[in-house]
Amino acid sequence: MIRLAAIFSFMICVAFTMSAQHNHDGHDHSGHDHSSHDHSGHDHSGHDHSGNAHGAKGHATGHGDHGGCGHHGEFDVAETAMHHISDANVYSIGPLQIPLPIMLKSDDGWELGMSSKFHPDLLGHGDGHLGHNRYVLHGGIVKRIADSSFPMGEFKVSGFKHAEEMVDGKEKDVVYVCTGDAMHKLEQKSTFDGGLFGGGMSSYKDFSLTKNVTSMLLVCLFLFWIFRRAAKAYKKQDGEAPKGLQGMLETFVVFIRDEVAIPFLGPKWEKYFTFLLSVFFFILGLNLYGQIPFFGGSNVTGNLAVTMVLALLTFLITNFSGNAHYWKHLLVAPGVPFIVKLIIIPVELMGLFIKPLTLMLRLFANITAGHIVMVVFIGFIFIFGKSGESIVGASGAAVGSTLLTMFMMAIELIVALVQAFVFTILTASYIGAATEEAHH
Amino acid sequence: MGGSIVAIGMGLAVIGAGLGIGWIGAKAMESIARQPEAVGDIRSNMILMAAFIEGAALIAILLAFLVA
Repeated sequence: MIRLAAIFSFMICVAFTMSAQHNHDGHDHSGHDHSSHDHSGHDHSGHDHSGNAHGAKGHATGHGDHGGCGHHGEFDVAETAMHHISDANVYSIGPLQIPLPIMLKSDDGWELGMSSKFHPDLLGHGDGHLGHNRYVLHGGIVKRIADSSFPMGEFKVSGFKHAEEMVDGKEKDVVYVCTGDAMHKLEQKSTFDGGLFGGGMSSYKDFSLTKNVTSMLLVCLFLFWIFRRAAKAYKKQDGEAPKGLQGMLETFVVFIRDEVAIPFLGPKWEKYFTFLLSVFFFILGLNLYGQIPFFGGSNVTGNLAVTMVLALLTFLITNFSGNAHYWKHLLVAPGVPFIVKLIIIPVELMGLFIKPLTLMLRLFANITAGHIVMVVFIGFIFIFGKSGESIVGASGAAVGSTLLTMFMMAIELIVALVQAFVFTILTASYIGAATEEAHH
Repeated sequence: MGGSIVAIGMGLAVIGAGLGIGWIGAKAMESIARQPEAVGDIRSNMILMAAFIEGAALIAILLAFLVA
């Protein structure tokens, strides 16, 4: 139990640090076409993807000559989906915005407090009406005015505007903030992906307790609580048949032991069993937590940083427990002709890194895809309703998309289990391959 | 224009993965029908193999994103 808790807390710490630096909002959107270059206005159809439909209302104020803070344009489902799978500085339950602590570091020092200091509406989209030291809150996410000559201190925010612009030959979403009469370009928080996923370094770093981190903490506390209860139950009714929660957990634990640990790890299974169980329940818990309707829809296991830390742990454990046999076959490939060695060894070395890479991508892609599908199905309501113009279309699509979403959520329950299982079984097979004794 | 080429690449990757996983599923069903008592072993190996194929498809999709 204590080892399990220790691994959990370690994973939380690492994942906390990483996810604070990562943000999927920065993905470049080159996968879809935008017909108009000056594409203004934005809509969010509720902050969790499970069907809270209040998205067709615009909220930007001020009016639109070219480049001003225009009123809402047509509903952009891709943008809405990207917003929903990204991390945020508020926790939204339905339209209710619960402020979270912020910790922002820039060259001008730390910005601390709660995200409520940007004065977002309690029921709304998470757009702040006040700015602080160049920081603003847009769609629940803290952003910063890129112009370093902008004065420090408090300022009023009258609206936001989205535009598609060409940056370094790529089309990117650029957000502007309107302060009275002027418009200022906003920048995202820094990401350490080197611009690979549309991010990059900016003038500030975000160490906040974001929505993803909050969800992670809640799930870890919940898991700790149920495992404490199960452990106590084992002490109390020693030798008796398990019942209730204890019985449910025992099913999973015995399944992982008999189907994953013992077949793949052989006699040394007990050494790695705690890690396998931690990974399994961590991923399963977060997958299922993200599926709770109207409850934030946190996309934690669909965050590349979180899955990267999980894959990194597997990578480290695999290679640190690899025996001489494993390394010899990796680096020397004994008994293989020299010509073939030239091919085999580079491929093996690449495989060393591709294994955790696919582990990371598989979990990320499966969970993110599930969340996007849900948003897109709900988005049908706004597409067929033509942003509130066609009531018939909207109500027809509402019936259809409700059924489709219910079906997808049933599928997602299976995906949540299968992905947690796949991550665990692949981890076990990698560790098993690295610790296998020579038998020839 | 770049976006549509990426979409073709992704589609090709998904075709490959779909064929592979479909093949695994078909063969697993056959094996289960032939030897129903080995259903547990067959199922976990089936999921493992499907995960490997999925990994190849995911790398293709990632590369499609990166070159876009």
